[in-house]
Amino acid sequence: MPAPPDAAATTPLRRTSLYQTHLAAGARIVPFAGWEMPVQYEGVIAEHRAVRTAVGIFDVSHMGQIETRGPGALEFLHRLSSNDVAKLDVGGAQYSVLCREDGGVLDDCFTYRLAGERYLTITNAANHAQDLAWFVAHRDLHEVEIVDRAGDYAMLAVQGPLARETVQAIASAPLPPRMSVAERVIDGVGALVCGTGYTGEDGVELLLAPDDAPTVWEALVRRGARPAGLAARDTLRTEACYHLYGNDLSTEHGPIEAGLGWCCKEDTGFIGSAAVREAREHPPPQRLVPFKLTERGVARAGDAVIGGGQVTSGTFSPTLEVAIGLAYLPLDRAAVGTAFEIDVRGTRRGAMVAERPLYQRP
Amino acid sequence: MSEASYPPELLYHPEHDWARIDGDVATFGITWHAQDALGDVVFFDPPALGAQVSQNEPYTEVESVKAVSDVFAPLSGEVIEVNSELADKPELVNDDPYGGGWMVKVRLADPSETGGLLDRDAYVASLDE
Repeated sequence: MPAPPDAAATTPLRRTSLYQTHLAAGARIVPFAGWEMPVQYEGVIAEHRAVRTAVGIFDVSHMGQIETRGPGALEFLHRLSSNDVAKLDVGGAQYSVLCREDGGVLDDCFTYRLAGERYLTITNAANHAQDLAWFVAHRDLHEVEIVDRAGDYAMLAVQGPLARETVQAIASAPLPPRMSVAERVIDGVGALVCGTGYTGEDGVELLLAPDDAPTVWEALVRRGARPAGLAARDTLRTEACYHLYGNDLSTEHGPIEAGLGWCCKEDTGFIGSAAVREAREHPPPQRLVPFKLTERGVARAGDAVIGGGQVTSGTFSPTLEVAIGLAYLPLDRAAVGTAFEIDVRGTRRGAMVAERPLYQRP
Repeated sequence: MSEASYPPELLYHPEHDWARIDGDVATFGITWHAQDALGDVVFFDPPALGAQVSQNEPYTEVESVKAVSDVFAPLSGEVIEVNSELADKPELVNDDPYGGGWMVKVRLADPSETGGLLDRDAYVASLDE
Protein backbone atom coordinates (compact mmCIF):
# COMPACT_ATOMS: atom_id res chain seq x y z
CA MET A 1 0.00 0.00 0.00
CA PRO A 2 1.18 3.57 -0.60
CA ALA A 3 3.05 5.19 2.24
CA PRO A 4 1.55 8.46 3.47
CA PRO A 5 3.50 11.63 2.66
CA ASP A 6 6.28 12.50 5.05
CA ALA A 7 5.13 14.11 8.24
CA ALA A 8 7.19 16.15 10.61
CA ALA A 9 7.99 13.19 12.79
CA THR A 10 8.73 14.97 16.02
CA THR A 11 6.07 17.68 16.26
CA PRO A 12 2.40 16.88 16.75
CA LEU A 13 0.24 17.37 13.70
CA ARG A 14 -2.02 20.42 13.63
CA ARG A 15 -5.70 20.40 12.71
CA THR A 16 -7.61 23.11 10.89
CA SER A 17 -10.88 24.45 12.28
CA LEU A 18 -12.65 22.25 9.69
CA TYR A 19 -11.21 18.97 10.93
CA GLN A 20 -14.49 17.70 12.40
CA THR A 21 -16.35 18.86 9.30
CA HIS A 22 -14.02 16.74 7.16
CA LEU A 23 -14.48 13.68 9.35
CA ALA A 24 -18.25 14.05 9.20
CA ALA A 25 -18.02 14.25 5.40
CA GLY A 26 -16.12 10.95 5.28
CA ALA A 27 -12.73 12.40 4.42
CA ARG A 28 -9.58 10.34 4.46
CA ILE A 29 -7.12 12.35 6.54
CA VAL A 30 -3.37 12.29 5.91
CA PRO A 31 -0.37 14.09 7.37
CA PHE A 32 0.71 16.93 5.09
CA ALA A 33 3.32 19.60 5.86
CA GLY A 34 2.73 19.21 9.59
CA TRP A 35 -1.07 19.21 9.34
CA GLU A 36 -3.77 16.58 9.30
CA MET A 37 -5.49 17.35 6.02
CA PRO A 38 -8.27 15.74 3.95
CA VAL A 39 -6.70 14.00 0.96
CA GLN A 40 -10.01 12.88 -0.50
CA TYR A 41 -13.69 12.48 0.31
CA GLU A 42 -15.55 10.23 -2.12
CA GLY A 43 -12.88 9.92 -4.74
CA VAL A 44 -10.22 12.01 -6.44
CA ILE A 45 -11.60 11.68 -9.97
CA ALA A 46 -15.14 12.71 -8.99
CA GLU A 47 -13.79 15.65 -6.98
CA HIS A 48 -11.51 16.70 -9.82
CA ARG A 49 -14.38 16.62 -12.31
CA ALA A 50 -16.64 18.58 -9.95
CA VAL A 51 -14.10 21.40 -10.02
CA ARG A 52 -13.72 21.25 -13.82
CA THR A 53 -17.46 21.17 -14.49
CA ALA A 54 -19.21 22.79 -11.51
CA VAL A 55 -17.73 23.85 -8.16
CA GLY A 56 -15.49 22.32 -5.53
CA ILE A 57 -14.42 23.57 -2.11
CA PHE A 58 -11.00 22.94 -0.53
CA ASP A 59 -9.78 23.54 2.99
CA VAL A 60 -6.37 25.14 2.51
CA SER A 61 -6.09 26.51 6.03
CA HIS A 62 -2.64 24.96 6.31
CA MET A 63 -1.34 27.78 4.09
CA GLY A 64 0.44 30.52 6.04
CA GLN A 65 0.04 34.29 6.00
CA ILE A 66 2.57 37.03 6.75
CA GLU A 67 1.42 40.62 7.03
CA THR A 68 3.89 43.38 6.23
CA ARG A 69 2.82 46.91 7.14
CA GLY A 70 4.27 50.35 7.66
CA PRO A 71 5.77 53.16 5.61
CA GLY A 72 8.67 50.94 4.48
CA ALA A 73 6.50 47.99 3.42
CA LEU A 74 6.80 48.50 -0.34
CA GLU A 75 10.55 49.02 -0.24
CA PHE A 76 10.98 46.01 2.02
CA LEU A 77 8.87 43.68 -0.14
CA HIS A 78 10.77 44.87 -3.20
CA ARG A 79 13.89 43.34 -1.66
CA LEU A 80 12.25 39.99 -0.92
CA SER A 81 9.75 39.45 -3.70
CA SER A 82 10.90 38.70 -7.25
CA ASN A 83 8.01 40.58 -8.80
CA ASP A 84 7.58 44.34 -9.14
CA VAL A 85 5.61 45.08 -5.99
CA ALA A 86 5.28 48.75 -7.03
CA LYS A 87 2.91 47.54 -9.75
CA LEU A 88 0.59 46.11 -7.11
CA ASP A 89 -2.36 48.47 -6.56
CA VAL A 90 -4.46 48.49 -3.41
CA GLY A 91 -6.79 45.52 -3.79
CA GLY A 92 -4.46 43.74 -6.16
CA ALA A 93 -2.85 40.29 -6.05
CA GLN A 94 0.58 39.30 -7.35
CA TYR A 95 2.48 36.03 -7.69
CA SER A 96 6.21 35.94 -7.00
CA VAL A 97 9.03 33.81 -5.67
CA LEU A 98 11.34 34.44 -2.74
CA CYS A 99 14.96 33.78 -3.74
CA ARG A 100 18.24 33.36 -1.98
CA GLU A 101 21.22 35.41 -3.18
CA ASP A 102 22.19 32.48 -5.45
CA GLY A 103 18.74 32.49 -7.06
CA GLY A 104 17.56 29.26 -5.39
CA VAL A 105 13.82 29.46 -4.72
CA LEU A 106 12.82 29.57 -1.04
CA ASP A 107 9.08 29.72 -1.68
CA ASP A 108 6.46 30.82 -4.15
CA CYS A 109 3.82 33.18 -2.80
CA PHE A 110 0.81 35.30 -3.57
CA THR A 111 0.92 38.81 -2.11
CA TYR A 112 -2.24 40.88 -1.70
CA ARG A 113 -2.14 44.63 -1.15
CA LEU A 114 -4.81 45.17 1.50
CA ALA A 115 -4.21 48.91 1.97
CA GLY A 116 -1.65 51.55 1.02
CA GLU A 117 0.95 50.31 3.48
CA ARG A 118 -0.44 46.88 4.27
CA TYR A 119 0.38 43.65 2.41
CA LEU A 120 -0.53 40.04 3.08
CA THR A 121 1.72 37.29 1.71
CA ILE A 122 0.39 33.73 1.44
CA THR A 123 3.07 31.13 2.15
CA ASN A 124 3.28 27.38 1.67
CA ALA A 125 2.60 25.51 4.91
CA ALA A 126 5.92 23.67 4.87
CA ASN A 127 7.85 26.91 4.34
CA HIS A 128 5.91 29.30 6.53
CA ALA A 129 8.22 29.35 9.58
CA GLN A 130 11.29 29.66 7.37
CA ASP A 131 9.69 32.43 5.28
CA LEU A 132 8.76 34.33 8.41
CA ALA A 133 12.34 34.06 9.68
CA TRP A 134 13.58 35.23 6.25
CA PHE A 135 11.31 38.27 6.41
CA VAL A 136 12.42 39.13 9.94
CA ALA A 137 16.11 38.60 9.13
CA HIS A 138 15.89 41.13 6.29
CA ARG A 139 13.96 43.82 8.11
CA ASP A 140 17.19 45.80 8.61
CA LEU A 141 16.37 49.50 8.73
CA HIS A 142 13.06 49.20 6.86
CA GLU A 143 10.19 50.85 8.69
CA VAL A 144 7.97 47.80 8.71
CA GLU A 145 6.13 45.58 11.10
CA ILE A 146 6.16 41.90 10.16
CA VAL A 147 3.29 39.96 11.67
CA ASP A 148 2.69 36.22 11.60
CA ARG A 149 -1.01 35.95 10.70
CA ALA A 150 -1.07 32.19 10.06
CA GLY A 151 -3.08 31.52 13.20
CA ASP A 152 -5.63 34.21 12.37
CA TYR A 153 -7.00 32.79 9.16
CA ALA A 154 -8.74 29.74 7.88
CA MET A 155 -8.57 29.56 4.09
CA LEU A 156 -11.17 28.06 1.77
CA ALA A 157 -10.65 27.74 -1.97
CA VAL A 158 -13.90 27.67 -3.93
CA GLN A 159 -13.07 26.73 -7.50
CA GLY A 160 -14.83 25.85 -10.72
CA PRO A 161 -17.05 27.38 -13.38
CA LEU A 162 -19.88 27.78 -10.83
CA ALA A 163 -17.62 28.94 -7.97
CA ARG A 164 -18.28 32.64 -8.26
CA GLU A 165 -22.04 32.39 -8.42
CA THR A 166 -22.04 29.94 -5.51
CA VAL A 167 -20.10 32.35 -3.29
CA GLN A 168 -21.90 35.38 -4.68
CA ALA A 169 -25.21 33.97 -3.49
CA ILE A 170 -24.12 34.44 0.14
CA ALA A 171 -21.96 37.56 -0.33
CA SER A 172 -22.74 41.14 0.71
CA ALA A 173 -21.51 42.73 -2.51
CA PRO A 174 -20.08 41.78 -5.90
CA LEU A 175 -16.97 39.62 -5.57
CA PRO A 176 -13.62 41.09 -6.60
CA PRO A 177 -12.45 40.11 -10.10
CA ARG A 178 -9.60 37.75 -10.87
CA MET A 179 -6.23 38.72 -9.34
CA SER A 180 -7.75 41.12 -6.86
CA VAL A 181 -8.85 41.11 -3.24
CA ALA A 182 -11.61 42.79 -1.20
CA GLU A 183 -13.28 42.52 2.18
CA ARG A 184 -16.80 41.15 1.96
CA VAL A 185 -19.39 39.73 4.30
CA ILE A 186 -19.88 36.07 3.38
CA ASP A 187 -22.75 34.21 5.02
CA GLY A 188 -22.86 36.91 7.69
CA VAL A 189 -19.17 36.94 8.58
CA GLY A 190 -16.28 39.10 7.48
CA ALA A 191 -13.86 37.59 4.98
CA LEU A 192 -11.09 38.59 2.65
CA VAL A 193 -12.16 37.42 -0.80
CA CYS A 194 -9.32 36.83 -3.26
CA GLY A 195 -9.81 36.17 -6.96
CA THR A 196 -7.10 33.53 -7.03
CA GLY A 197 -6.75 29.76 -7.06
CA TYR A 198 -4.61 26.75 -7.85
CA THR A 199 -6.83 24.70 -10.12
CA GLY A 200 -6.87 26.38 -13.52
CA GLU A 201 -10.54 27.27 -13.05
CA ASP A 202 -12.17 30.54 -12.13
CA GLY A 203 -12.99 30.92 -8.46
CA VAL A 204 -12.12 32.64 -5.23
CA GLU A 205 -10.18 31.98 -2.08
CA LEU A 206 -11.69 33.09 1.23
CA LEU A 207 -9.61 34.12 4.24
CA LEU A 208 -11.71 34.19 7.37
CA ALA A 209 -11.57 33.69 11.13
CA PRO A 210 -11.00 29.99 11.87
CA ASP A 211 -14.11 29.83 14.08
CA ASP A 212 -16.27 31.12 11.22
CA ALA A 213 -14.99 28.63 8.66
CA PRO A 214 -17.24 25.62 9.43
CA THR A 215 -20.53 27.49 8.94
CA VAL A 216 -19.33 29.17 5.74
CA TRP A 217 -18.12 25.79 4.46
CA GLU A 218 -21.49 24.20 5.23
CA ALA A 219 -23.35 27.07 3.57
CA LEU A 220 -21.32 26.64 0.38
CA VAL A 221 -21.69 22.85 0.41
CA ARG A 222 -25.48 23.27 0.77
CA ARG A 223 -25.37 25.42 -2.35
CA GLY A 224 -23.64 22.69 -4.31
CA ALA A 225 -19.90 23.09 -3.66
CA ARG A 226 -18.40 19.62 -3.51
CA PRO A 227 -15.73 19.02 -0.86
CA ALA A 228 -12.44 18.23 -2.59
CA GLY A 229 -9.19 17.07 -1.03
CA LEU A 230 -5.49 17.52 -1.51
CA ALA A 231 -5.35 14.68 -4.06
CA ALA A 232 -7.72 16.50 -6.43
CA ARG A 233 -5.93 19.77 -5.73
CA ASP A 234 -2.75 18.10 -6.96
CA THR A 235 -4.22 16.63 -10.16
CA LEU A 236 -5.93 19.96 -10.92
CA ARG A 237 -2.82 22.07 -10.41
CA THR A 238 -0.69 19.63 -12.41
CA GLU A 239 -3.09 19.89 -15.37
CA ALA A 240 -2.87 23.68 -15.06
CA CYS A 241 0.96 23.43 -14.80
CA TYR A 242 1.13 25.31 -11.53
CA HIS A 243 4.29 24.62 -9.56
CA LEU A 244 4.28 22.75 -6.27
CA TYR A 245 7.00 23.88 -3.90
CA GLY A 246 9.09 20.93 -2.75
CA ASN A 247 8.44 19.13 -6.04
CA ASP A 248 8.90 21.52 -8.96
CA LEU A 249 10.50 24.33 -6.99
CA SER A 250 13.36 24.16 -4.51
CA THR A 251 16.56 25.91 -3.59
CA GLU A 252 18.25 23.57 -6.12
CA HIS A 253 16.58 25.37 -9.02
CA GLY A 254 16.30 29.02 -9.95
CA PRO A 255 13.12 30.64 -11.27
CA ILE A 256 14.41 30.79 -14.86
CA GLU A 257 14.88 27.00 -15.04
CA ALA A 258 11.49 26.60 -13.41
CA GLY A 259 9.81 28.69 -16.10
CA LEU A 260 9.02 31.50 -13.67
CA GLY A 261 11.05 34.22 -15.35
CA TRP A 262 7.78 36.04 -15.99
CA CYS A 263 7.39 36.88 -12.30
CA CYS A 264 10.99 38.05 -11.86
CA LYS A 265 11.73 41.74 -12.39
CA GLU A 266 15.49 41.96 -11.91
CA ASP A 267 15.53 45.76 -12.20
CA THR A 268 13.91 46.00 -8.77
CA GLY A 269 17.10 44.62 -7.22
CA PHE A 270 15.43 41.84 -5.22
CA ILE A 271 17.58 39.37 -3.32
CA GLY A 272 18.78 36.92 -5.96
CA SER A 273 18.17 39.30 -8.88
CA ALA A 274 21.81 39.19 -10.01
CA ALA A 275 21.70 35.38 -10.20
CA VAL A 276 18.36 35.49 -12.02
CA ARG A 277 19.72 38.04 -14.51
CA GLU A 278 22.72 35.82 -15.14
CA ALA A 279 20.45 32.80 -15.68
CA ARG A 280 18.25 34.75 -18.08
CA GLU A 281 21.28 35.77 -20.14
CA HIS A 282 22.99 32.37 -19.97
CA PRO A 283 20.25 29.76 -19.64
CA PRO A 284 20.91 26.97 -17.12
CA PRO A 285 21.28 23.44 -18.52
CA GLN A 286 17.77 22.28 -17.65
CA ARG A 287 14.25 23.56 -17.99
CA LEU A 288 10.99 22.56 -16.32
CA VAL A 289 8.48 21.42 -18.94
CA PRO A 290 5.07 19.74 -18.93
CA PHE A 291 4.82 16.28 -20.46
CA LYS A 292 2.35 13.58 -21.35
CA LEU A 293 3.13 9.89 -21.37
CA THR A 294 2.64 8.41 -24.81
CA GLU A 295 2.03 4.93 -23.43
CA ARG A 296 0.41 3.26 -20.47
CA GLY A 297 1.53 3.77 -16.90
CA VAL A 298 2.04 6.77 -14.67
CA ALA A 299 5.37 8.53 -14.07
CA ARG A 300 5.84 9.86 -10.55
CA ALA A 301 7.95 12.55 -8.90
CA GLY A 302 11.53 11.32 -8.60
CA ASP A 303 11.48 9.12 -11.71
CA ALA A 304 14.62 9.67 -13.80
CA VAL A 305 14.54 10.83 -17.41
CA ILE A 306 16.67 8.60 -19.63
CA GLY A 307 19.70 10.62 -20.74
CA GLY A 308 19.35 13.21 -17.97
CA GLY A 309 16.63 15.04 -16.13
CA GLN A 310 13.99 14.19 -13.60
CA VAL A 311 10.24 14.08 -13.13
CA THR A 312 9.23 16.46 -10.32
CA SER A 313 5.45 16.01 -10.55
CA GLY A 314 3.62 13.09 -12.10
CA THR A 315 0.06 11.88 -11.93
CA PHE A 316 -2.86 10.66 -13.99
CA SER A 317 -4.91 13.43 -15.56
CA PRO A 318 -8.63 12.81 -15.02
CA THR A 319 -9.44 15.41 -17.71
CA LEU A 320 -7.03 14.21 -20.42
CA GLU A 321 -7.16 10.57 -19.29
CA VAL A 322 -3.42 10.11 -19.76
CA ALA A 323 -0.48 10.33 -17.40
CA ILE A 324 0.97 13.84 -17.19
CA GLY A 325 3.58 15.67 -15.21
CA LEU A 326 6.34 18.22 -14.99
CA ALA A 327 10.00 17.36 -15.51
CA TYR A 328 13.34 19.10 -15.63
CA LEU A 329 14.82 18.24 -19.04
CA PRO A 330 18.11 19.17 -20.75
CA LEU A 331 17.58 22.38 -22.73
CA ASP A 332 18.16 20.73 -26.10
CA ARG A 333 15.29 18.33 -25.43
CA ALA A 334 12.86 20.75 -23.83
CA ALA A 335 11.03 21.92 -26.96
CA VAL A 336 7.33 21.11 -27.32
CA GLY A 337 6.89 17.85 -29.22
CA THR A 338 10.24 16.35 -28.23
CA ALA A 339 9.96 12.64 -27.44
CA PHE A 340 11.85 11.25 -24.47
CA GLU A 341 11.75 8.28 -22.11
CA ILE A 342 11.22 8.03 -18.38
CA ASP A 343 12.46 5.22 -16.15
CA VAL A 344 9.21 4.33 -14.42
CA ARG A 345 10.26 1.89 -11.69
CA GLY A 346 12.59 0.05 -14.04
CA THR A 347 10.43 0.18 -17.17
CA ARG A 348 11.11 2.73 -19.92
CA ARG A 349 7.94 4.65 -20.77
CA GLY A 350 7.65 7.01 -23.72
CA ALA A 351 6.75 10.65 -23.09
CA MET A 352 6.50 13.87 -25.06
CA VAL A 353 7.05 17.49 -24.09
CA ALA A 354 3.64 19.16 -24.21
CA GLU A 355 2.24 22.68 -24.48
CA ARG A 356 1.79 24.62 -21.25
CA PRO A 357 -0.74 24.48 -19.72
CA LEU A 358 -1.80 20.87 -20.15
CA TYR A 359 -5.36 21.96 -19.46
CA GLN A 360 -6.86 25.34 -20.25
CA ARG A 361 -10.40 26.13 -19.23
CA PRO A 362 -12.75 26.60 -22.18
CA MET B 1 -17.43 3.60 -4.49
CA SER B 2 -18.64 0.30 -3.12
CA GLU B 3 -19.37 -0.40 0.56
CA ALA B 4 -16.77 -2.23 2.65
CA SER B 5 -17.19 -5.99 2.23
CA TYR B 6 -15.18 -9.19 2.66
CA PRO B 7 -16.97 -12.23 1.26
CA PRO B 8 -16.75 -15.28 3.55
CA GLU B 9 -16.07 -17.77 0.73
CA LEU B 10 -12.72 -16.18 -0.18
CA LEU B 11 -9.24 -16.68 1.23
CA TYR B 12 -7.18 -13.62 2.06
CA HIS B 13 -3.52 -12.67 1.95
CA PRO B 14 -2.19 -10.13 4.48
CA GLU B 15 -1.03 -7.88 1.62
CA HIS B 16 -4.74 -7.29 0.91
CA ASP B 17 -5.27 -9.77 -1.89
CA TRP B 18 -7.97 -12.41 -2.19
CA ALA B 19 -8.19 -15.84 -3.82
CA ARG B 20 -11.31 -17.70 -4.92
CA ILE B 21 -10.50 -21.40 -5.19
CA ASP B 22 -12.23 -23.55 -7.81
CA GLY B 23 -10.55 -26.97 -7.96
CA ASP B 24 -6.95 -26.47 -9.07
CA VAL B 25 -7.65 -22.96 -10.41
CA ALA B 26 -7.84 -19.79 -8.32
CA THR B 27 -9.00 -16.30 -9.20
CA PHE B 28 -7.04 -13.40 -7.63
CA GLY B 29 -7.89 -9.79 -6.94
CA ILE B 30 -7.34 -7.08 -4.36
CA THR B 31 -9.59 -6.53 -1.35
CA TRP B 32 -12.02 -3.74 -0.67
CA HIS B 33 -9.53 -2.35 1.83
CA ALA B 34 -6.76 -2.29 -0.79
CA GLN B 35 -8.80 -0.50 -3.45
CA ASP B 36 -10.10 1.96 -0.86
CA ALA B 37 -6.56 2.81 0.25
CA LEU B 38 -5.41 3.23 -3.35
CA GLY B 39 -8.31 5.37 -4.46
CA ASP B 40 -9.40 5.60 -8.08
CA VAL B 41 -7.57 2.91 -10.08
CA VAL B 42 -6.47 4.11 -13.52
CA PHE B 43 -4.20 1.35 -14.85
CA PHE B 44 -3.81 -2.36 -14.37
CA ASP B 45 -0.82 -3.97 -16.05
CA PRO B 46 -1.73 -7.65 -16.49
CA PRO B 47 1.00 -10.31 -16.35
CA ALA B 48 1.57 -12.38 -19.49
CA LEU B 49 -0.42 -15.57 -20.01
CA GLY B 50 1.74 -18.46 -18.91
CA ALA B 51 3.68 -16.37 -16.41
CA GLN B 52 4.59 -18.11 -13.17
CA VAL B 53 3.55 -16.35 -10.01
CA SER B 54 4.85 -17.18 -6.54
CA GLN B 55 3.04 -16.96 -3.25
CA ASN B 56 3.90 -13.77 -1.32
CA GLU B 57 5.62 -12.24 -4.37
CA PRO B 58 4.35 -9.29 -6.45
CA TYR B 59 3.05 -10.38 -9.85
CA THR B 60 1.95 -7.02 -11.22
CA GLU B 61 1.25 -3.40 -10.36
CA VAL B 62 -1.94 -1.48 -10.03
CA GLU B 63 -1.85 2.25 -10.52
CA SER B 64 -4.24 4.75 -8.97
CA VAL B 65 -4.32 8.50 -9.44
CA LYS B 66 -2.34 8.90 -6.26
CA ALA B 67 0.08 5.99 -6.19
CA VAL B 68 1.33 2.75 -7.61
CA SER B 69 1.12 -0.45 -5.61
CA ASP B 70 2.46 -3.96 -6.03
CA VAL B 71 -0.12 -6.73 -6.25
CA PHE B 72 0.93 -9.87 -4.38
CA ALA B 73 0.14 -13.43 -5.35
CA PRO B 74 -1.75 -15.17 -2.55
CA LEU B 75 -0.79 -18.56 -4.07
CA SER B 76 1.73 -19.93 -6.58
CA GLY B 77 0.95 -21.12 -10.09
CA GLU B 78 0.68 -20.33 -13.79
CA VAL B 79 -1.41 -17.47 -15.15
CA ILE B 80 -4.04 -19.00 -17.45
CA GLU B 81 -6.34 -16.00 -17.89
CA VAL B 82 -6.18 -12.25 -17.27
CA ASN B 83 -9.09 -9.85 -16.91
CA SER B 84 -8.76 -7.98 -20.20
CA GLU B 85 -11.78 -5.84 -19.34
CA LEU B 86 -9.62 -3.93 -16.85
CA ALA B 87 -7.62 -2.40 -19.71
CA ASP B 88 -10.59 -0.21 -20.60
CA LYS B 89 -12.39 -0.22 -17.26
CA PRO B 90 -9.79 -0.15 -14.48
CA GLU B 91 -12.45 1.41 -12.23
CA LEU B 92 -14.01 -2.06 -11.91
CA VAL B 93 -11.30 -2.71 -9.30
CA ASN B 94 -12.93 0.01 -7.18
CA ASP B 95 -16.55 -0.59 -8.07
CA ASP B 96 -16.61 -4.38 -7.85
CA PRO B 97 -13.36 -5.65 -6.31
CA TYR B 98 -14.55 -9.27 -5.91
CA GLY B 99 -16.49 -9.48 -9.17
CA GLY B 100 -15.71 -7.50 -12.33
CA GLY B 101 -12.49 -6.28 -10.72
CA TRP B 102 -10.83 -9.72 -10.62
CA MET B 103 -7.29 -9.68 -12.01
CA VAL B 104 -5.97 -13.11 -13.00
CA LYS B 105 -6.81 -16.80 -12.95
CA VAL B 106 -3.99 -19.11 -11.95
CA ARG B 107 -3.54 -22.90 -12.23
CA LEU B 108 -2.29 -23.71 -8.77
CA ALA B 109 1.11 -25.31 -8.34
CA ASP B 110 0.55 -26.45 -4.77
CA PRO B 111 -3.01 -26.36 -3.39
CA SER B 112 -1.65 -26.96 0.13
CA GLU B 113 -0.39 -23.35 0.11
CA THR B 114 -3.90 -22.27 1.02
CA GLY B 115 -2.95 -23.18 4.59
CA GLY B 116 -0.89 -19.98 4.68
CA LEU B 117 -3.88 -17.75 3.91
CA LEU B 118 -6.42 -16.07 6.20
CA ASP B 119 -10.13 -16.65 6.37
CA ARG B 120 -12.46 -13.66 6.28
CA ASP B 121 -12.63 -13.19 10.06
CA ALA B 122 -8.87 -13.39 10.53
CA TYR B 123 -8.28 -10.93 7.68
CA VAL B 124 -10.86 -8.46 8.96
CA ALA B 125 -9.35 -8.73 12.44
CA SER B 126 -5.92 -7.92 10.94
CA LEU B 127 -7.33 -4.69 9.49
CA ASP B 128 -8.30 -3.47 12.96
CA GLU B 129 -4.84 -3.97 14.41
